[in-house]
Amino acid sequence: MPSNASERRAVPVRAPLATTADNALKIVVVGGFGVGKTTLVGSVSEMRPLSTEEVMTQAGAGVDDISAVRDKRTTTAAFDFGRITIDERRVLYLFGAPGQKRFWFLWNQLFTGSLGAVVLVDTDRVRDSWYAIDRLEHHRTPFVVAVNRFGPGPGLAEVRRALDVSDRVPLVDCDARSRESSRDVLVTLVQHVSGPVHGSAPTSASTPEDTP
Amino acid sequence: MNHGPLQRESPDRLYTVTGGRGGADARALDSVTLIVSECEPVPGMQSEHAAILRTCVFPTAVVEVSAELGLPVSVVRILLLDLLDAGRVAARHPASSVQRAEGHDPETLKQVLLALQRL
Ligand SMILES: Nc1nc2c(ncn2[C@@H]2O[C@H](COP(=O)(O)OP(=O)(O)O)[C@@H](O)[C@H]2O)c(=O)[nH]1
Ligand SMILES: [Mg+2]
Repeated sequence: MPSNASERRAVPVRAPLATTADNALKIVVVGGFGVGKTTLVGSVSEMRPLSTEEVMTQAGAGVDDISAVRDKRTTTAAFDFGRITIDERRVLYLFGAPGQKRFWFLWNQLFTGSLGAVVLVDTDRVRDSWYAIDRLEHHRTPFVVAVNRFGPGPGLAEVRRALDVSDRVPLVDCDARSRESSRDVLVTLVQHVSGPVHGSAPTSASTPEDTP
Repeated sequence: MNHGPLQRESPDRLYTVTGGRGGADARALDSVTLIVSECEPVPGMQSEHAAILRTCVFPTAVVEVSAELGLPVSVVRILLLDLLDAGRVAARHPASSVQRAEGHDPETLKQVLLALQRL
């Protein structure tokens, strides 16, 4: 993102983690450009989101051998992250990652070992989420879908139809600018991950679906 | 500490920082593995290594080191492996990386939920 360079200089000093911290957890927020990923992460993070980059070849693959970086066909994928301290040993990192197909390498490595994912959706560009949802289902990564409301738009039932996600996947409205609303999205995800469904085999009888 | 915007890092510069090395073992470090310095920077040390030792006095995730140094994550992983091999930093791997099959333990999920509800 073009604004990163100036933002990076303004980032305040991070408060250090406790010396006892030894177990970091991840949640990935994935969605199209401008859908509100950085806003959501910033709303709940204990520090201002930091941004960084991963190097990829232009085909979207990772760099196995760093000498490939010499190749002019490499590109970078920017992503940002925030942090929530859980207790003296656990810390939760929240990543905002671009959802486009060409970034699959980046989020593959972020999803590995993650608690789960939030697919952030703009109702004007629902199709932007199809690829991410497909990959999450394929990887059996538990996820919830959050509709970041920029204004009037279709209701949740209509969004669910357009996304073609199962009734087992929680679908909620959110305002990424609101700490409470963003927190509630994460709570929904963690409850979903903790529940009997757990993004695995269909057990539809016990689905705590909350959408009308 | 900050080497400036990543966009201005030339490919050759990245190549130099990592001594032209690389490899699949760099993946063994998760993006949130916590790195802790085991010693102070020593004179003559590569500046990136010294910067990492200063950054990781307290536990610091691989991605935080990357943001702090202004270097891509894959480059930072390679620098960290040098320091790990030399015993200059310790890596605290996420519990999820060893328990993937069973998923996350219920106590961890419960503590995460409680922390979120406190926000
Ligand atoms: N009206 C409105 N604007 C939002 C909302 N969430 C984010 N924005 C704005 O949309 C723009 C893009 O958000 P950002 O978080 O940078 O999107 P990202 O590209 O997904 O990280 C910013 O200017 C935000 O202030 C929302 O819920 N409502
Ligand atoms: Mg963003």
